[in-house]
Amino acid sequence: MINFELPEKLLNLQTMSHQVAAGVFRPISRKYDRIEHGPTPEELKPLAQMRAAMREGGDKSKVAAEAASGSRNGANLSGIVAGEELCWGDVGLLLSIPGSGLGNAAILAVGTPEQKEKFGKLYCAMAITEPGAGSDSAAVSTTAVLDGDEWVLNGEKIYCTAGQRGDAIVVWATLDKSKGKAAIKSFIVPQGAPGLSLVRVEEKMGLRISDTAALSLNNCRIPKENILGSPEVADTEAARKKAFGGVMQTFDSTRPAVAAMALGLARAALEITRELLEKEGVKADYSKTLYNSTAVEAELYRMEADLEAARLMTYKAAWMADNGQANSKEASMCKAKAGRMGNTVTLKCVELCGELGYSENLLLEKFARDSKIIDIFEGTQQIQQLIVARHLLGLSSRELK
Amino acid sequence: MSQALPFDLSLTEEQRITRESMRRFAEQQLRSIARQADEAAATPEGFLERTMELGLALLPIPEALGGAGIERSPMSNALNAEDLGGGDISLALAALAPQAFINAVLDFGDAAQQEAFLPRLAQEHFVPATIALMEGRATFEPSELNTTARADGDGYRLNGEKRLVILGNSAELMLVVAALEGVPAAFVVERDSPGVSSQAQEYMGLRAVDTATVTFSDVQVPAANRLVNFDLQRLVDLSRIGIAALAVGCCQAVVDYCIPYVKERKAFGEPIAWRQSVAFMMADMAIELEGMRLLVWRAASRAEQGLPFHREAYLARVACAERAMQIGTNGVQLFGGAGFIRDYPLEMWYRNLRAIGVLEGAAMV
Repeated sequence: MINFELPEKLLNLQTMSHQVAAGVFRPISRKYDRIEHGPTPEELKPLAQMRAAMREGGDKSKVAAEAASGSRNGANLSGIVAGEELCWGDVGLLLSIPGSGLGNAAILAVGTPEQKEKFGKLYCAMAITEPGAGSDSAAVSTTAVLDGDEWVLNGEKIYCTAGQRGDAIVVWATLDKSKGKAAIKSFIVPQGAPGLSLVRVEEKMGLRISDTAALSLNNCRIPKENILGSPEVADTEAARKKAFGGVMQTFDSTRPAVAAMALGLARAALEITRELLEKEGVKADYSKTLYNSTAVEAELYRMEADLEAARLMTYKAAWMADNGQANSKEASMCKAKAGRMGNTVTLKCVELCGELGYSENLLLEKFARDSKIIDIFEGTQQIQQLIVARHLLGLSSRELK
Repeated sequence: MSQALPFDLSLTEEQRITRESMRRFAEQQLRSIARQADEAAATPEGFLERTMELGLALLPIPEALGGAGIERSPMSNALNAEDLGGGDISLALAALAPQAFINAVLDFGDAAQQEAFLPRLAQEHFVPATIALMEGRATFEPSELNTTARADGDGYRLNGEKRLVILGNSAELMLVVAALEGVPAAFVVERDSPGVSSQAQEYMGLRAVDTATVTFSDVQVPAANRLVNFDLQRLVDLSRIGIAALAVGCCQAVVDYCIPYVKERKAFGEPIAWRQSVAFMMADMAIELEGMRLLVWRAASRAEQGLPFHREAYLARVACAERAMQIGTNGVQLFGGAGFIRDYPLEMWYRNLRAIGVLEGAAMV
């Protein structure tokens, strides 16, 4: 039965997450936007433990609610609900909580029991992007060669979130560039591995407290067992597809999670904007049709409709994942919609609030800066459009480039 | 109640079955005749009778009053509007008009009023009935009406002009919304009451349905015909859900119709779908349509659960009115010159979709 209201368990999770966002993140949001670089903020350390506890709890009872009809509300939808709340607080701080790295997700998804035991509790970053390969992740040119009991890695990685503060980095590298996607594997590289060095920590427009690192792998040696998944290079077309498809599948869960960041930011911006406008007598209470409202009220309605649409799409994509339905198209649709909605809404809020919006005294300008990257990482707007279009039109990546 | 349920987007078994037959009907009985009806600016002979197989009017009427007594479901009604809208918005509006009238009487009439008006609609044949809310004013606001009612003897006298009334020429019963001492009130008016007259009016779209201007000159209405529990906001909100659902259905038709075309149509030696400028437009249409649909469904499901849904219906309308136009115009654009030619349905859908941001008070779910 169609029902968009969240069950009690998720409402409780929402409340809890909101308390963290309002109580921990918001008060230190501006401070760390200015500090930008440095070690993990002290205030976040207790959250790492909470997070680990939540993750363990989550693993034990993945299903938050289930109807007689069999609809599950599991880890994906929970992640979206909590994610939106926490990002209402501060996206950069959320990404800086130890243990929140994408590498952790990868290890959880495909790691062996031994790998999960050894690295599961560490803070693991993920390094995919290179100076010459961004959205085109199949073009990775960092190499990995087996030498006795060790893998030897060579290459450069950029835009690696938590690449400085992480305990380990999951690095994408190719075993044989001539074999394309199938030869791309990921490797767990512990911080301090010989040959791994930090080149720089980027200075960014937004999400400043989150460390974004450039790394160099120069004959970097790691144990043979640090490869994630099989070291075999698939040699049939079907096996190749399956191997790389597995990698891409993690996006079906992570894209809605990134969309949720835009939801939190846009909602935060809209709330402050509404408050400021109410002080000036602007009351958007849905009592008049759009064209009998003032221009400012109409903007608020449009933004709210856009935010709501993006949220429902994100919930849907996550709900599909929880219920074992193929959701690549929906994951990309919600990411595309939420990404651009987040940009438009946060920037419009700056504009509507004038000097107050533009000023660093409030957080509106920061929300606008932070939101820009959400339409870029985990697949840009344009990549999402490509994916949606390929699904919709039934075209291959060769046909629709 | 809602908190015990999980978030769920699966249809009930009944909704699944109904959707299938509704879509088949829309394809065979609406889509197939829509162009011809648009050209003729008339509802084809026999169409309204054929809609009787859907049971739209009979289903919600209580058994005691001759109906099937199936519990009214705004969610299922919204799905029906979506599916019929995929066939043709204007014919769907015609088919749904009596049900909208019935839903209003169920919501706003007391037991005696339901008994007085509903059995007349619980028939084997199509009984035209409708809601008359809109007026001819720029920036029309449903709560600010020029049509007036004043107490007179044992009843009321109505004066004014209603526009864009679906089935306005043929409706035997009309729910007329008029200002009574400045406050909107609803009256059931018999078509043959002295002082009621109607004039067919042609519009940019919605040409396949009888749309009329209905004039009320000192029309005497019995006191018992004023619906005692009338709530204009509810009528408007439930109508907005229905109207927005029609838009979703039509936009889906646009997207579905464009897919094979852009894959077959070649330019510079390859299908135009292989070009990002075309493919991204298609992707955007699908993305916005998904958002529209979920906004409508959410408003409908809240209405169904008895939760407040004014805001949700409002947002669904805001999104659907604007995005539907965009999808409609993109459909024409993707077909290029062919989109502008009346051999193809694109230009008709575009004209019909323009009504979404204009209509109020129709297709109440």
